[in-house]
Amino acid sequence: MSSSRLLVTASPHLRGPASTPKIMWNVVGSLVPVVATAGYFFGFGALLVIAAATLGALLTEMVFGSKGSLGDGSAAITGLLLGLTLPPGFPLWMSFLGGVVAIAFGKLIFGGLGQNMFNPALLGRAFLQAAFPVAITTWPTGEEGWWNLSPTQASLPLMGAEVDTVTGATPLGLWKFERIATDAVDLLTGAIGGSAGETSAVVITICGGYLALRNFLNWRIPAGIFLTVFVLSGALWLIDAGRYPSPVFMLFSGGLMLGAWFMATDMVTSPVTSRGCWIFGAGIGALVVLIRNWGGLPEGVMYAILLMNAMVPYLNQWTQPRVFGTRLGEAAS
Amino acid sequence: MGDLAWIFISAMVVNNFTLAYFLGLCPFMGVSGKIYTALRMGAANIFVLTVASVCAWFLDTFVLPYAPFLKLISFILVIASAVQITEMTIKKLSPALFRALGIYLPLITTNCAILFMAWVQANRGYSFLQGLAFAWGAGAGLTLALVLMASIREDLEFVKLPAIARGNAIVFIIAGILSLAFMGFAGLFTS
Repeated sequence: MSSSRLLVTASPHLRGPASTPKIMWNVVGSLVPVVATAGYFFGFGALLVIAAATLGALLTEMVFGSKGSLGDGSAAITGLLLGLTLPPGFPLWMSFLGGVVAIAFGKLIFGGLGQNMFNPALLGRAFLQAAFPVAITTWPTGEEGWWNLSPTQASLPLMGAEVDTVTGATPLGLWKFERIATDAVDLLTGAIGGSAGETSAVVITICGGYLALRNFLNWRIPAGIFLTVFVLSGALWLIDAGRYPSPVFMLFSGGLMLGAWFMATDMVTSPVTSRGCWIFGAGIGALVVLIRNWGGLPEGVMYAILLMNAMVPYLNQWTQPRVFGTRLGEAAS
Repeated sequence: MGDLAWIFISAMVVNNFTLAYFLGLCPFMGVSGKIYTALRMGAANIFVLTVASVCAWFLDTFVLPYAPFLKLISFILVIASAVQITEMTIKKLSPALFRALGIYLPLITTNCAILFMAWVQANRGYSFLQGLAFAWGAGAGLTLALVLMASIREDLEFVKLPAIARGNAIVFIIAGILSLAFMGFAGLFTS
């Protein structure tokens, strides 16, 4: 019956060169400079954290995923992104566990790629933040030499370990608890404390911009996030510059750059319509400003994106474009 | 005023009854399949919460000082009557909705969220208006959680779930994820 010569399918019949694995491996490629920057600033330990998270993600996908799903590269992206959001001196077994949780509960339980509701990498990080709140807010400065590994990192699961490494606060933490602003140039280049891959705004923007130019991510989402954060935090800053940080600081500190370019734009968990993308971005920006300025935690990008992920089914429904030929207010169905 | 707004926001998102305290899980699992029923279940909850809050305040202010041992039992009685009124009203006004909500409507009686609301309101010594703000915040939070879950579950119908995740399993997992996401609101407006 089903001969490959007589294949009856629905339109469209034009074939484009883009495919899921191609896009995914492009994203992986665009993350390489970010990983390299993390290695440059924080040393070998940061690379190990990223590798452990990626290994956890890949192994879980290999064991529980459907056949061939390892090759589409999406598990690699999840692992890399998760590793990049972790502190450079994070214990490796926790990092590995995060990768496992991200893929297992973020993606596979929903039936694999394209069906998950929440960004898997951020889910993994939210899990780690809830499970290990101390380890995930310990930020080594990377001043101990490139090859130096702290014993904390090599600690065994659930054994507990003494923390003995030079730690420093992140710019957001400094602002939140001591009201010290960080120099904008340092924020741009990334010579600051923070998660392994979140510090260098310049590198992330170049890599994300490349993806946007290739149309592998929807530019409206980062644009919406940046605009909202800039406008809202700018207004607050003008009202009281002593209490609220400047908009430039808000844009380039913490995980906003990485989150806006690489996580919010995850094709699966972002809206399908253009208008939906603008609202999605604006919602993330507003939540980031809310959580950073008034919340108990210094950073809120992860939660903002997860919360807006939960809104995506709604946004998709609300922003359905009008079917050509129907009048406004007329049901499309 | 700021106090009232804070109580409302706190009960709605920071200490969301469903996603932070895991109260009222029964309707959260049961009627979150469709946005239509979820919204109306939320509205029914808000109504019951309001009635319970007002009655609990009157009881706590005028009756319970003389008979403190009646606290729990009188609250349960008040909630049960409020639910009964709601049930009869909905049955009269919208039989379709009544059927859609099914067993979950009388089950509001045993919804721990409502007893918790009345209990906490009395323990914290909220004034009448504060109690109302607390009840509405709690109701809005329940509705928010229900509707978020419903919109996700409507999308899940297009998803081919693995066998172990079908049915309520995936709902519990999504509830856990939503709860993780709501942890971002922890400490909001307190610092």
